[in-house]
Amino acid sequence: MGRFLLKRLGLAAITLVLLSVIVFALAQLLPGDIGRNLDGPFASPAQVAATNHQLGVDKPIVVQYGKWIGRLARGDLGHSLEYQVPVSNLLGPSLGNSLKLAALAFLLVVPLSILGGVAAALRQGRITDRTITVGGLSLTAVPEFVTAIVLIVIFGIVFHLLPTTAQAPPGAGFFTQVKHLLLPSFALVAVLFGYIARIARAGVIEALDADYTRTAYLKGLDTRTVIRRHVLRNALLPTIAVVATQTGYLIGGLVVIEKLFNYPGIGQRIYIAAQNKDFTMLESGVLVIGIVYLIATLAADTLYSLLNPRIRYGAAE
Amino acid sequence: MSTITVPLRQSEAQIARRETLRGLARSKTFVAGAVVVGFWVFWAIVGSHLTPQDPLNQGADILVRPGGAHWFGTDTLGRDVFSRVLAGATSVMKVAPLATLLGVAGGTALGLVMGYLRGFVDDVLGRVIDAVLALPLIVLAVTAIVALGPSNGTLIVVIGAVFTPLVARTVRAAVLAERDLDYVPAARLRGERAPYIMFVEILPNVMGPIIVEATVRLGYAIFAVAGLTFLGFGIQPPSPDWSLQISQNYSLLAGGSYWWTVLFPGLAVATLVVGVNLIADGLTQVLER
Repeated sequence: MGRFLLKRLGLAAITLVLLSVIVFALAQLLPGDIGRNLDGPFASPAQVAATNHQLGVDKPIVVQYGKWIGRLARGDLGHSLEYQVPVSNLLGPSLGNSLKLAALAFLLVVPLSILGGVAAALRQGRITDRTITVGGLSLTAVPEFVTAIVLIVIFGIVFHLLPTTAQAPPGAGFFTQVKHLLLPSFALVAVLFGYIARIARAGVIEALDADYTRTAYLKGLDTRTVIRRHVLRNALLPTIAVVATQTGYLIGGLVVIEKLFNYPGIGQRIYIAAQNKDFTMLESGVLVIGIVYLIATLAADTLYSLLNPRIRYGAAE
Repeated sequence: MSTITVPLRQSEAQIARRETLRGLARSKTFVAGAVVVGFWVFWAIVGSHLTPQDPLNQGADILVRPGGAHWFGTDTLGRDVFSRVLAGATSVMKVAPLATLLGVAGGTALGLVMGYLRGFVDDVLGRVIDAVLALPLIVLAVTAIVALGPSNGTLIVVIGAVFTPLVARTVRAAVLAERDLDYVPAARLRGERAPYIMFVEILPNVMGPIIVEATVRLGYAIFAVAGLTFLGFGIQPPSPDWSLQISQNYSLLAGGSYWWTVLFPGLAVATLVVGVNLIADGLTQVLER
């Protein structure tokens, strides 16, 4: 298991380096003369050149990349061009807010979709199965802002059950905060449910067909034990892997949901930075999201190897 | 004089194709999806020519409730929402399929090369793809669109570029399953070159997964275009695009009124993506038996 995880860690490190190159390259695509943007249209060319020199953007690209990475390694994400404060001061709290929302969405969607997928698989081809499969597929396909608006209309405006803004008033207690985050997380749940449920369903159906399941039945175990001990344990492994890959979507989906609910998370930060052409903020925000994704994948790999005896005992890589 | 009837000889490929079509016609999911998508394709093509009113025409009757004169009501500028919903199919139905086509073409070429050549090329490209996939589509697209400036062309290129590695992964997996079948070494022994083997020998045999992947991607492309347009980085005004209508009007919801300016375009997007996904589901069942 140690070797498996070490290999994963190594791959994640390589991916991280490549990711930084991609983000840096993307930032180089961003248009315009940074000094000109900052100093405004009436600044003299000398003044613009001085600003560019001060920011270091007049050096060769490789040197700029080296400097950028060096600063990143020391935890310095740079200065926001728009707000003139360190990017980390702004990104930190935003990331915290986003993680709160994402955590709530995950807490809701994982048990719900696994339950849905297993229920569908056990009633394969019948009405429960069709409802969960087609309903989940449709919910997954519909853009999150459309689902969110329907949810706002139903829960917020018609029945007045839930607040329609995601941000709780300052100093609000834990439960008030959660209550405010419920509607946005429902929208995220709607998008993720169908996908995870579908994988769980496929896993259970495959396990039900497997020889070991037949053996378990034939040696006289009752259905409940067979499902718990043999079917679910095998079926849920691929589901865990899929849940991890969905973190990527989840954070992407946050951009739209956070804008819609006016929630100060990292998605909204990136959106505002993109609108204001605050390139340092955009660059660091995108990189932070990539890193969060890599950490989530690594965590899922660890969990996967802990749960999978074939890896735990080093029989398979 | 006697006539001899020669039975029409059909190649195996023709028979297989007819079997597939018959399977699709029998699939309820596929037919339901095709009807819905067909409806929107029709409106995307005829656009504002057949709508009851000009979707861009502003009138004095602003924010009228749905009723006799305006089935879906009017918006803040007095434009007929029903006509705007019908004409709103055009932009997204141009951008999303072209982006998908670009991504599928690029991804197929990349996936064939990776799956067939394996080794170093595969390892390096695989790592790069993993790195790209660590970034959510919307985030990558927003950054690229800020760099290039929003336009339908940018939208197509950016979404196509982001789809390329995703499609490549699927195609690579399909190619790996094919490359050790007898016909591939046979072609190699015949002295065929690698590009010939990849594109003429292997490609036709992995078309099934590619068609399914293309349909799934089309659904995601519509999803992505809708999200980006909602954020203001996608299709630009004055297009009557659905997501644009939602983005312009959703702030009206807060008061609890004027729901029709948002709900109807929302339902339109929803039916289109669900339709595309039903087609994808039907294709999966028939092509990947």
